Amino acid sequence: MKQILQFTVNGEPRELLIDPKKFLVEVLREDLGLTGTHWACDTGACCCCTVIMDGKAVKSCSILAMQANGREVTTIEGLADGPNLHPIQQAFIDNWALQCGFCSSGQIMAAKALLDENPSPTREDIQLQMDGHLCRCTGFNMIQEAILDAAERLKGQK
Amino acid sequence: MKREYSIIGKPTGNVDGAAKTTGEAKYCFDMSLPNQLYGKHLRSPYAHARILSIDTSEAEKLQGVKAIITGKDVPGGKWGLWRRFRELCDQIALADDKVRFIGEPVACVAATTKDIAEQAIELINVEYEPLPGVFDPLEAIKDDAPLVHDDFENNINATRHIEWGNVDEGFAQADYTREDKFTCFPQAVASMEVHNSLASYDKGSKRLTVWSSTQSPYYLQLGLADALKMREGDIRVIKPHVGGGFGGKNSTMPDSTSAALLSMKTGRPVKIVFNREEEFISTEHRTGMHVALKIGLKKDGKIVARECKVITDGGAYTGLGATALYLSGIFQTFPYKIPNYRYDAFRTYTNKVWATSVRGFGATPTVYCAESQLDRAAKDLGIDPLQIRKMNVMEPGYEAPGQYKVDSCGIMPCIEKMEKRIKEKWPKVEENEGIGFSAFAYMSGGIFNWIDTPYAYSGARVQVNIDGTVDLFTQASDIGQGHNTVSVMICAEELGIGMEDIRLHPADTATTPVDLGAWGSRETLMNGNAIKMAAGQIKQKLVDLARAKLGENIAYDLVAKDKRIYLELRPERGFSYYDIVRDAIKLNDGEPLIGTGHYTPHNKGMISPAYGMGIMAIKAKVDKEIGHIEPQGVLIVHDCGQEINPLGARGQVEGSVHMGLGYCLCEDMPNDNGMLLNPSMNDYKIVRQRDMPQIELMDVPTYEAEGPFGAKEAAEATIAPTAPALANAVFAATGAEFDSNVLKPEKVLKAIRAAEAKKAQKK
Ligand code: FES
Ligand code: FES
Repeated sequence: MKQILQFTVNGEPRELLIDPKKFLVEVLREDLGLTGTHWACDTGACCCCTVIMDGKAVKSCSILAMQANGREVTTIEGLADGPNLHPIQQAFIDNWALQCGFCSSGQIMAAKALLDENPSPTREDIQLQMDGHLCRCTGFNMIQEAILDAAERLKGQK
Repeated sequence: MKREYSIIGKPTGNVDGAAKTTGEAKYCFDMSLPNQLYGKHLRSPYAHARILSIDTSEAEKLQGVKAIITGKDVPGGKWGLWRRFRELCDQIALADDKVRFIGEPVACVAATTKDIAEQAIELINVEYEPLPGVFDPLEAIKDDAPLVHDDFENNINATRHIEWGNVDEGFAQADYTREDKFTCFPQAVASMEVHNSLASYDKGSKRLTVWSSTQSPYYLQLGLADALKMREGDIRVIKPHVGGGFGGKNSTMPDSTSAALLSMKTGRPVKIVFNREEEFISTEHRTGMHVALKIGLKKDGKIVARECKVITDGGAYTGLGATALYLSGIFQTFPYKIPNYRYDAFRTYTNKVWATSVRGFGATPTVYCAESQLDRAAKDLGIDPLQIRKMNVMEPGYEAPGQYKVDSCGIMPCIEKMEKRIKEKWPKVEENEGIGFSAFAYMSGGIFNWIDTPYAYSGARVQVNIDGTVDLFTQASDIGQGHNTVSVMICAEELGIGMEDIRLHPADTATTPVDLGAWGSRETLMNGNAIKMAAGQIKQKLVDLARAKLGENIAYDLVAKDKRIYLELRPERGFSYYDIVRDAIKLNDGEPLIGTGHYTPHNKGMISPAYGMGIMAIKAKVDKEIGHIEPQGVLIVHDCGQEINPLGARGQVEGSVHMGLGYCLCEDMPNDNGMLLNPSMNDYKIVRQRDMPQIELMDVPTYEAEGPFGAKEAAEATIAPTAPALANAVFAATGAEFDSNVLKPEKVLKAIRAAEAKKAQKK
């Protein structure tokens, strides 16, 4: 039996009739066409699928879409301000923090949640918080540098 | 002459960066077509079994199932990358008479939803007659071993012999010889984007379009043509953004063959996406091998001879494994002058998924062995590890008879720079710490033409439009390594315009000139040359026109730079690029300006037109109580010719070191009678953020005359030295010698104890 899911995605209220067995990542990608959120494992092990729900980074492959009912979800598509990239996005580009880019949405969303909570993280803070994020391309150092750089940019904005 | 570039050599952000950081970049994984069906494979639970019957009738009855294919529905023959040697084209779309590894596909269902496709494969009934399997290469060659392919005696898939000098005489001259045996375990590719394809067959034109996560649209086009018995030209392959390849996406795999067959059968688009377990159990990985290595040196550390014997665990099919076999004999000799050398190797078929070309292929395993052995020899001879390397490295122009020639070669200055820097960086080591070294070199694309292409190895077409904007067409593949950025940089530099003036159209077999794809670090040099040639043709037209308009004679040099075309010696005399383009098109009967370029290496030996190289040091700390190795820092000095994009090159180095550390420490593929025991991202351990050391990268610029703007390979080379540099650091700290990779604590403790016992015995 399908159920009604009401939630806010990237600032827009959404109402969908969905199969309650579906995971959030499936609804985002298949029902809403937000394919910027990727998944790369079937076992909750890579964090590629990270989105922000009510301010917290969550693995969208590991929660049912219905668990997002009544909540606010931000995906990678919701980060830029119109045509202007978010400072974290720009920092990722400028620091070559992405290569194939497949894990990048998850990394960037996690970085956003991290910086919202802790605007001046140390490298160790980043390593600790982002340890679950797997990336086969970058070796992580340049991602950490991008996040440190983004923190500076965000401070400069204020 | 000092070369001043506007774009080349400047740290440049990824041209796909905005798309990839906003979710706009479309990977095949993200694509779908209206009315699309979902394909799913039924896979063999047996490592080796005869297929007696397949009954699909129950599955066909399931509502939503649109088609089911099995081996007998495959119209074509076998295929493979070694098209020059048809007997090595051993891949099949779906198992026909027997299955050869656990996870081999035997049937594929297309259904209206993923769930239905998954239910349907459960309803297919396959009757197998299990056969004895063979899982170790040393077992595989025995006379009574079961045969994986009936027509390959003793399961020998390929053999290689390389020899120069006189090895026996060389060893006779040696003051010191030693022999070591190693086992190098395989490594998974584990790209974040799994193999997946979307196929759409047009019933009217009878043409097929396939989008796929591939490293080489051209190879996929050829593979599909063989598998489907179609003309290449009737198959269009498009490579969207690709979420990593690392060598694992060169072969044509069942995601694309089955999607194509099902689309042809149903007349609807079909998408097939492997799940992570399928990715682990049924796609290619780095070759495991047994290596026996003998080295002979003079007292002063000069190498006089080396002999190497290798037997690799090839798995069920060939892939690029036969190339890996050959190169395993080549790259272990780099960057040294080994006057007498002999290599004998064979690749065996076993009942496992097959092994192929993975990042640093042909280098990573045997360089681990050779560089470990070199440090042991140096210690026995009482010579410093950097000193022994300095004694033996190549110089520009060095030739290994009948095999390769090295033109630009900065290895000696790299080591000298390392010597200097290391004293400042790590002036002393504490107890249980050590610094290990490894030299390295790698190709800038391969010369070998096993694919048997009649085309140039790389092609490009440049079109300049009336407003000066440029459309750049090339089949070269960016799979994350940053080649799209390099392509645009090279084109912009050559035309003297901005990167924002160029629109890149990559990797579509219907619209772009052939390029062999992303493997063996070939794109920068080979495709870079093709792009530079294509852009250069147009530049020449613009320069000629400008010269005529200026009324200057032929001797005057003009340059295209900063969006102007002007006299080199009198920069104020010239024109805007945009104005000249407008005039040139008017003079061209109103046609846009088109330049075409291509590149194929000639007279460069058997391996590669050029080699990147350098030296790596790793400092590590060993916990002797629990056997834990902590890499504390990495220092690399490399020569990649003229760097095109230092930012991208650094990114690639970081990634190579990361994968190399995994190869050394934790990436393991335990196998029980053909069954991979850890087919998930939880259980297959890659190096995590917290364990990743900082990397310092220094450059020794050289100029490689064969490469675009002097460029050659950058970064892939650095995977191979990572494991030996780390193992040598442990060796320096503790004396522990390893005879394999995957240095888990148990193995480390055992080796430390053995080293201590050896030391006690000596006393
Ligand atoms: S897809 Fe791997 S954790 Fe969600
Ligand atoms: S950038 Fe490729 S997986 Fe992270």
